[in-house]
Amino acid sequence: MTEHPYSALARARRVRALVRKEAWQIFRDPSSILIAFVLPLVLIFLFGYGVSLDTTHTRIGVVLERATPTTRSLLGAFQASRYFDVRVATDRRELEEPLTLGALRGIVVIPATFDSDLWRRTTPPALEVLVDGSDPNTAALVQGYVQGVVANWAIARAVESGMVGASSGSDQRFWFNAELSSRFFLVPGSIAIVMAMVGTLLTSLVVAREWERGTMEAIMATPVTTVELLLGKIIPYFLLGLASMSLCALVAVLVFEVPFRGSVGALFALSSAFLLPALGQGLLISAATKNQFLASQLALISSFLPTFLLSGFLFEIPSMPRVIQWITNLVAGRWLIPSLQTVFLAGDVWSLFLRDIGVMVLFGAVFIALAARMTKKRVA
Amino acid sequence: MWTRLIALIVKEALVILRDPRSRIILIVPPIVQLVLFAFAATLDVKNVDLVVQNRDEGASGIELVRRIEGSPTFRSVLAVHDPASLRRAINEERAIASVDIGPSFSRDLVAGRPASIQIVLDGRRSNAAQIVNGYLGAILGDYIAEQNERFHRPSATPRVVARNWFNPNLTFTWFTVPGLIAIIAQLVGILVTALSVARERELGTFDQLMVAPFRSYEIVLGKLLPPVLIGFVHITLYVVATLLIFHVPLRGSLFLLYGSALVFLAAIAGVGLFISALCSTQQQAILGAFVFIAPATLLSGFATPIENMPTWLQPLTLINPLRYFLVVTRGVFLKAMPPAEVGRQTLPLVCIAVVTLASAGWLFRRRME
Repeated sequence: MTEHPYSALARARRVRALVRKEAWQIFRDPSSILIAFVLPLVLIFLFGYGVSLDTTHTRIGVVLERATPTTRSLLGAFQASRYFDVRVATDRRELEEPLTLGALRGIVVIPATFDSDLWRRTTPPALEVLVDGSDPNTAALVQGYVQGVVANWAIARAVESGMVGASSGSDQRFWFNAELSSRFFLVPGSIAIVMAMVGTLLTSLVVAREWERGTMEAIMATPVTTVELLLGKIIPYFLLGLASMSLCALVAVLVFEVPFRGSVGALFALSSAFLLPALGQGLLISAATKNQFLASQLALISSFLPTFLLSGFLFEIPSMPRVIQWITNLVAGRWLIPSLQTVFLAGDVWSLFLRDIGVMVLFGAVFIALAARMTKKRVA
Repeated sequence: MWTRLIALIVKEALVILRDPRSRIILIVPPIVQLVLFAFAATLDVKNVDLVVQNRDEGASGIELVRRIEGSPTFRSVLAVHDPASLRRAINEERAIASVDIGPSFSRDLVAGRPASIQIVLDGRRSNAAQIVNGYLGAILGDYIAEQNERFHRPSATPRVVARNWFNPNLTFTWFTVPGLIAIIAQLVGILVTALSVARERELGTFDQLMVAPFRSYEIVLGKLLPPVLIGFVHITLYVVATLLIFHVPLRGSLFLLYGSALVFLAAIAGVGLFISALCSTQQQAILGAFVFIAPATLLSGFATPIENMPTWLQPLTLINPLRYFLVVTRGVFLKAMPPAEVGRQTLPLVCIAVVTLASAGWLFRRRME
């Protein structure tokens, strides 16, 4: 009995054969393994250790213009803070050169009149803080930490001396990340970058190579349809992407000790939804360029860079100019990263996840449809 | 020797300018990078969304909310009336922070009891959250100090008057854009050199070059100078953009910047030649360049300070040429960096250049034998 070549069974068999062929190709090609497993590990370690916004032990100078019990107690508060490494001086001119050369991030000046002002009602005492503004983020953090040290010192003193009214202030809580470790949000974000690399760069390189070598035409000459061909490419790289994501998630939890408060199911659902646009983009790039060199350049520019810069991974989207904010909506990673950070740090917030999954699946459908159209055109 | 060398340099320059791939690399990445990085790579905290639950019925609660709304940092301040919607707004990332003003806030302030508000911040964005916390704390601190003054109570909390040197308004582009000059010099320098030898090897012209009457240091020089010149062109374009588009003040000497840039480009071209001497195809050279550029950029202090890295990792950045040149570009623009300090940052670049160029030359010679 002869089987119809487009029966469901025959289709499934062809797809399975293509998947198996692709899988062999992946396992036998050292560069695929390199991009899928070694590069992700290198990247996640680089991002985990190399990129950090945590300014603990910032080197600052404290100028004590006059040493009194009060000013010395304030100096002690700075020295006790885990945010600062303090260098003490009696004249600010001693510290201005190190500030210019970057050896100090800031100078706190406790003026000679500090003690007398503290108890006078007319002029509240003032501390002067000189900060190295050439790194604005560190400068803003240093200002904030100085304010915090001074406020805590003042409250402790007020409580000691029974002046309760002076101890007004705010009581702050940082949810999800009480340690305020930037690593906790950067490492989950870097998993998205890794998946973008594997999904788009690896897929576009491998498929472009097939076009370059003409083996794609060889497959096209068989009864395989475009849909089957794309499925045969998508399934193995989808699984490979999930494998490198799992590897990175394990490293995040075991090595970087990022808390994992959500569910594994949600992590896989989000990653799967992201891999659709990532793979679709890779297939589209390779079908459009048919050239490994161009494909790798396009993949880096259209996938790695936007996922790094325009996704909220490190840089704040609301602070960008409006046009660029609008562009970020077209970057698939921008829809993955908040949810990925949430699944690690906050837990399952399905109202957020479902919206993001919806957008990513939509992007994926568009990219894959375009890739299918492009592939078909090339054969005709 | 000079005629040979000049002929070689002219040939290299022509090859770079005529090859469409090289032309793409010379034109596209610099523009993409300038636009994307300069505008998008910001750690500024602006346009912040907040939720406020004001349970206080007195004047102080209303006044505090009004002041928060009036601050230019906050884009939207959404009023909510129950803790559940407050929590939901944070969970779904519709707000980075919530402010909860308790029912006795006004009364406590008048009576001289400790009055406090509760601020909840989203730790998933802990950097921005800390800065928002600083802004909110400053607004609250000012208000409480005013109230204490009004009721003639001594204010025990000293005021903190901050002055930012070099960048008074903490404009983020003043930090990013001078850094981009170093980044673009690195990108162009590496790609042009890394591709050049690999292309010759792919086309088989490298063997011809090897049998021509050149010494290996002449070949290295011939391969080195065109990327250095192209790097200068890009640096100049970026310097002009820095001054005219982004209005970053130039306080130091451009002469020092270019002097240091020459050494930096030599060091970078050395790395590029080293990569291309190891690779046999352009494909490999591109991947090799990426493998160098990504960690070199991350571990340079370009985006986040080196001193935040773990102590065991910091010594590794000492072999990274970008680290030194970044200090120079930022220092020359913002800090009027003195010549002695520029020299101190350039000296390690000299060492790196000597090592990489010598090893590239050695690799070429080895290939010849």
